[in-house]
Amino acid sequence: MALTLDDVKRVAHLARIAISDDEAQATQTQLAGIFKLIGEMEAVDVSAITPMSHAQDVVQRLREDAVTEPNLREQFQAIAPQVESGLYLVPRVIE
Amino acid sequence: MLHATLKQLSDGLATGKFSSAEVTKYFINRINNLNNSLNSFISLDADKSLAQARAADALRAAGKAQTLTGVPLAQKDIFCAQGWLTTCGSKMLSNFVSPYDAHVIERFNAAGAVNLGKTNMDEFAMGSSNETSFYGPVRNPWDRERVPGGSSGGSAAAVAARLAPAATGTDTGGSIRQPAALTGICGLKPTYGLVSRYGMIAFASSLDQGGPMARTAEDLGLMLNVMAGFDARDSTSLQRTPEDYGRNLAQPLAGLRIGLPKEFFAAGASADVIKAIEGAVAEYKKLGCEIVDVSLPNMALSVPVYYVLAPAEASSNLSRFDGVRYGYRAKDYGNLAEMYEKTRAEGFGAEVKRRILIGAYVLSHGYYDAYYLRAQKLRRLIAQDFVEAFKQCDVIMGPTTPSTAFKIGEKSGDPVQMYLSDIYTIAVNLAGLPGMSIPCGFDSNGLPVGLQIIGDYFSEARMLNVAHQYQLATDWHTQAPKNIREAAS
Repeated sequence: MALTLDDVKRVAHLARIAISDDEAQATQTQLAGIFKLIGEMEAVDVSAITPMSHAQDVVQRLREDAVTEPNLREQFQAIAPQVESGLYLVPRVIE
Repeated sequence: MLHATLKQLSDGLATGKFSSAEVTKYFINRINNLNNSLNSFISLDADKSLAQARAADALRAAGKAQTLTGVPLAQKDIFCAQGWLTTCGSKMLSNFVSPYDAHVIERFNAAGAVNLGKTNMDEFAMGSSNETSFYGPVRNPWDRERVPGGSSGGSAAAVAARLAPAATGTDTGGSIRQPAALTGICGLKPTYGLVSRYGMIAFASSLDQGGPMARTAEDLGLMLNVMAGFDARDSTSLQRTPEDYGRNLAQPLAGLRIGLPKEFFAAGASADVIKAIEGAVAEYKKLGCEIVDVSLPNMALSVPVYYVLAPAEASSNLSRFDGVRYGYRAKDYGNLAEMYEKTRAEGFGAEVKRRILIGAYVLSHGYYDAYYLRAQKLRRLIAQDFVEAFKQCDVIMGPTTPSTAFKIGEKSGDPVQMYLSDIYTIAVNLAGLPGMSIPCGFDSNGLPVGLQIIGDYFSEARMLNVAHQYQLATDWHTQAPKNIREAAS
């Protein structure tokens, strides 16, 4: 399952990271080495094994549906790249 | 004061030998004099540190001091600290002044400890050499041409060079233990779930765990007593009765069964490292321990499994950095999509982008079963190996790293070689077990070697006991790099 240049560009788009043709080429070479390492996983038959998603066998806690967080909008917006009238500004998405 | 441990500083503060303001000034002076040659701190704020020190002295005068009240500690720049620049070693967060405290920071504040500054680290904790930091590489105090390890390289170098008596770190695949080994200090990665991840900037959430870095096992216990504990804001935080991790330090080791996995001693580790580990094992035999041969047959799979699971989790966690609410935003963009893509292309460094791309790929349509699901199944096999091994022994020992500190630039061009430097530490994170590294000797170049001690779940108090008894019998942990004395004292 070797990664093609198109795969690299497709994944960069999925991850929303701009990538030039030169960068994609260099990335393809490096990822090829990494996926060769990852390919070592294929040596084992895993059909009878239950996946392990977490180190501890715990269930999600539940709590009362009560307000626990104070409103910190001003502190949070003080460090935002661009705000106006309490709103985060981004380029127009609806014409 | 140069070589004082946390315990000695704590005792000195308690008996009035010195004040917190004096201790804090002493370490701030050392940082000012020596940090340029090591680059182990990203942010310093002497006014804030000294204000905390004076508050700690007032607390003590009021009779309200706890063990760590007034003791200065360095904090890895992955922990959000209110009013402090918190960059995680990235351009993406190079302007992020945290509006809140991480749980770990809250706990140290409540204990009256002083924050000396924020330490350098690999960008978003992705690296084993501290070379991926946006703020430049950290240098190893034992040889400034060499790396201190990573990702908690700034914390490790600061503690080794006596710029701080102790520091915090985080460990996703070895990021506390590997730099501890490479700089000749002690580091403990607790059982997953013991230390809250709230406010600890996420890399791979099912593996990330904060922990202490210090010069003695006793000091690690003092710090863990503060860091560990339930926090409702981390959904994986474990609800357990609080314990004193130093309660077993004095227990004799006679009868302790030490498991040596044959895979740790097979090809891969350097002869000098193996020799130092064998020396440590011989010392443990003298202390009355029994040596048992064990096996972790799937250990070699841990690196490939990790490089599927950790990037997959990272690609999801790091999707929050989009230039909208905080952090870096690209200057020029035409539309929203371009703003995201340029912000992320410019804000993330090469290694972080590489891992996000790996993660996005292994989670993408058509590849999930072949990569992510298969890796999760193998993760169970790796964890099961430890369950079997712990039926025969109380602790597992081996090298922390296959080699001592390597040269800056030696592995940075070859990601696979870099990844393999964590071969002995990664399996512990996959299983969620506690692991630690303590100094146990030097190689022929005078570079420190780390002994890894792996315990069963929640056996931190026992592991600290095992390390402390070794440190009573040996003096590897008291050795210091030679060129750290030019500071005014």
